[in-house]
Amino acid sequence: MKGTNLGEFEELVLLTIAALLNDAYSVAICDELEKTSGRAVKLGVVHSVLNRLEEKGLVKSKLGDATATRGGKRKRFYSVTSAGKASLLKAKEVRDQLWNRIPEFALKAI
Amino acid sequence: MKKSNIPVHPPKWAERFLSWYCKPELLEDLQGDLNEYFERNLKTKGARSARWIYIIDVIKFLRLYTLRKPEFINALIHWIMLGSYIKTSSRSILRNKLFSSINIAGLAISMSVGLLLIGLLSDLFSYDAFHQNSDRIYRVTSHYSYLDQVNSATNASSSIRLGKAIEESIPGVDKVAVLRRGLYGDVKVPDAKAVTMEGLWANEASLRVFTFPLLHGNSTTALKEPFSVLLTEKSAKKLFGDNDATGKTVLIKDKEHTVTGVLKDVPLFSHIRFDMLVSLSTREITQKDNKHELEWDNMWNAYTYLLVPENTDLALLQSNLNELALREDKTVENTHIKLGLQPLKSIALGEELNNEIGPVMNSSVVWMIGILCIVVLLSACFNYTNLSIARSMKRAREIGVRKVSGALRSHVAFQFITEAIIISLAALAIAFMLFLLLRPYFISVYPGMQDMVSLELTPQMMVCFVALAAFVGLAAGVFPALFFSRINAIQVLKSTPALKLFGNLSMRRMLIVMQYTISIAFIAATTISYRQYEHMLSFDLGFDTENILNISLQENKPDQLIKALNEMPEVKQISKSGLVTSVGYYWSTTVKYTNPADSADIFYNQVDENYLPLHRHKFVAGKNFTPKLNTEGEKQVIVNEKFLKRFNITNNDPLKAIDEYIFIEGERTRIVGVLKDFHYGRVESKIMEVMFTYRPEQAEMLNVKIQSNDIAATMNKIQMEWKKLDDVHPLKAHFYEESIERTYDEYKAKIKIVGVLAFLAIFIASIGLLGMVVFTTETRLKELSIRKVMGASDGSLVVLLGKNFILLLSIAAVIALPATYFYYEKYVLNQITFHAPINISDLVIGVMVVMALALIMIGIQAFKAARSNPVDVLKNE
Repeated sequence: MKGTNLGEFEELVLLTIAALLNDAYSVAICDELEKTSGRAVKLGVVHSVLNRLEEKGLVKSKLGDATATRGGKRKRFYSVTSAGKASLLKAKEVRDQLWNRIPEFALKAI
Repeated sequence: MKKSNIPVHPPKWAERFLSWYCKPELLEDLQGDLNEYFERNLKTKGARSARWIYIIDVIKFLRLYTLRKPEFINALIHWIMLGSYIKTSSRSILRNKLFSSINIAGLAISMSVGLLLIGLLSDLFSYDAFHQNSDRIYRVTSHYSYLDQVNSATNASSSIRLGKAIEESIPGVDKVAVLRRGLYGDVKVPDAKAVTMEGLWANEASLRVFTFPLLHGNSTTALKEPFSVLLTEKSAKKLFGDNDATGKTVLIKDKEHTVTGVLKDVPLFSHIRFDMLVSLSTREITQKDNKHELEWDNMWNAYTYLLVPENTDLALLQSNLNELALREDKTVENTHIKLGLQPLKSIALGEELNNEIGPVMNSSVVWMIGILCIVVLLSACFNYTNLSIARSMKRAREIGVRKVSGALRSHVAFQFITEAIIISLAALAIAFMLFLLLRPYFISVYPGMQDMVSLELTPQMMVCFVALAAFVGLAAGVFPALFFSRINAIQVLKSTPALKLFGNLSMRRMLIVMQYTISIAFIAATTISYRQYEHMLSFDLGFDTENILNISLQENKPDQLIKALNEMPEVKQISKSGLVTSVGYYWSTTVKYTNPADSADIFYNQVDENYLPLHRHKFVAGKNFTPKLNTEGEKQVIVNEKFLKRFNITNNDPLKAIDEYIFIEGERTRIVGVLKDFHYGRVESKIMEVMFTYRPEQAEMLNVKIQSNDIAATMNKIQMEWKKLDDVHPLKAHFYEESIERTYDEYKAKIKIVGVLAFLAIFIASIGLLGMVVFTTETRLKELSIRKVMGASDGSLVVLLGKNFILLLSIAAVIALPATYFYYEKYVLNQITFHAPINISDLVIGVMVVMALALIMIGIQAFKAARSNPVDVLKNE
């Protein structure tokens, strides 16, 4: 077990799910990620990440209603669990701590 | 999907592939995602690339986490449910007694044929397996050609010289066994009665190559010295009783031989058989003056077997043999002998060779029986398939309930396969009884068979039997299983009319047509073959064979017997001959005419002056032999017309050919008569060049023309006379017609086999049809009753029910008859030079019989249904 540590892409996906609120299913997540990050995101990668997140207990999912657009197949909607929320917060905290230690000039010099 | 006019779908197979490999809990979501992408791509990139991307995505999603886990639980369920399947299956078997008995009877009958075939094959495959090195022994076969006359047949035999040549010049051959046949005659212990025995001359290495264990004696030296003989246990007992034979002296054809040992009896499953083995070195002394003995082209009576080391390069050995043959060809004129290798284990059941050393079975015969047997088995399987599917609606509810309670397709399929296997195992029990019952008949169907196989049960055979039953059950059950497992539970339980399930009609019709095609083809084949057989027996050979008794002299002097026979009033005429012709025996010798380079092997018979008149041979020119001339030292010969043509004697003019001289084995001989062409060989072969030489003193047969009202009494008298002449050997006398009949025994056997199979095929097809008819009338009973109420007559109802089946049978006849006709015209009859034409009316009769049977069955059932009282049928709903 990798524990609750998040990878970079995992974190992005988890954030997107949180951001999409009630409309977080695989294709929408994919599209949203593509829009915000500006890089091409493959469905297969998103899928496996979703699968992994669910295994870690960071997200949970349920099947929605069938629609005609998907050939009669139902969507699986994801939502962030409290554990997911905690790990997101933790990740943010780590970053914030580091950010706070960087003096302003040092950044300018780069 | 909505954009274009024609909806575009993702590729079907990719969809199916996805749902095959993907975990069920991930599947729906994934399918949906892919569909969404597909539609998006359809709009932006077009149909082609959208499909293409779909396929790639499906393959890309094949990852560990999406993979379906193997379903052990399913297999477990199969086992748990097995008891339930067996219970429900046996209930349904018992509930439908008619259908079950049709199925079991059909399967049992066809399977019993299968069991016979398995027995036959198992016996034939175990031939020669008792030799320790059986897989390292090869026989050298030879193929003879003289000038450009190519002889089509390969010979099992080879020359004695070959064995020596291989020993000397081919490396990498462990041992060479040489056997020579022709050792037949009386064997005597001094001062005792002679026993007729058959044996082989064998060289020293034979006992090393083959595994013929010695009970007494030393196997390394037993066949070394000339005039050594090894007796089998049985023959030793005949000659010496229970005394030890080793070291004793026996007279074989009046020559003293020393018994050097006693062999264990030759097993039944050996293609080499003998009562005794005499050392081959004996022949070096007895045949010292015979210059042909060791010639390269004297390849008709000896057999060469090689024992090679394991992993021998057979191609190299073959090329060595080819080289050897080319070297040896130079020792004889204009002859080439091609050598080949034949593994020991493929001798008993193999290709047909000339000059076999012992009994063998032609593999084509086994193939024929095998194919026919499979066809009959298939026919019984069709019955099962047909009836199960036809009655599907009775079982459909059960399947519905099973599926609702959680059975998967595979469970239902497994259930029906189990049911089929149960039925086929039940059929096996009956088939096994039939097998035991039929075995003696099957073995005696062909005289050669009795010699070769015993069909004794062995454990392997039993395993094969059960395997056959399981396989037949599988074959019969696979279609019903597929059909039933596809049933939609909701549809069945909503009680939609059964007619919807009733699909597959075309397949069932096809099966009926196939069954009847097979049956009609079989019966047509039987009638055609029977006509041929009759034709061969009654064939005009070109001479008279009626009431002629051929007595084998068995090396006795004929004069005493002739005198006695002449005194009998029933005996009209007696002649002497060398052999009986037209029954498959051939004698040939070398003949030359004026051109010394042109020699030919000509078939001949040596006869006395009574032979030709007695057999009513027709002279074209010249006259019969004159005995007086012979005593004056002049050789006479009578030839047939073909003979003149072969040598182009006086431009084929028979009249001028008289008094021409030919050379028979170098002897100048005068043609005194020319005969009309007649059949010397079997009817299948062409008329050949034949000559009669005048050598009454070398007669081996007496041909006695008999006119008697009481044949048995006459035979008795002849028997008595024979006893006076020779009390060692039993009388060997056969009427000519009998011998001819025996010549074509193989045809008789084939007809019997095909005939029985035809009968079985018809029987199976008929009971299958009966089942179908019973079922159809049952399901349409209400319809029929309503029709009747509305005023339909009985006759019209019968027609209504029967016409479909009759149509199917007619289609079967239309397929089967021309197919059989052309098969026989093209492949079978053109191998028989003098065959009877195929009689169309024979074929039609066969069809009529089958049709009539079917009609009677349909008629009875339909009539029963039509006669039933509509009130009884319609009153309860």
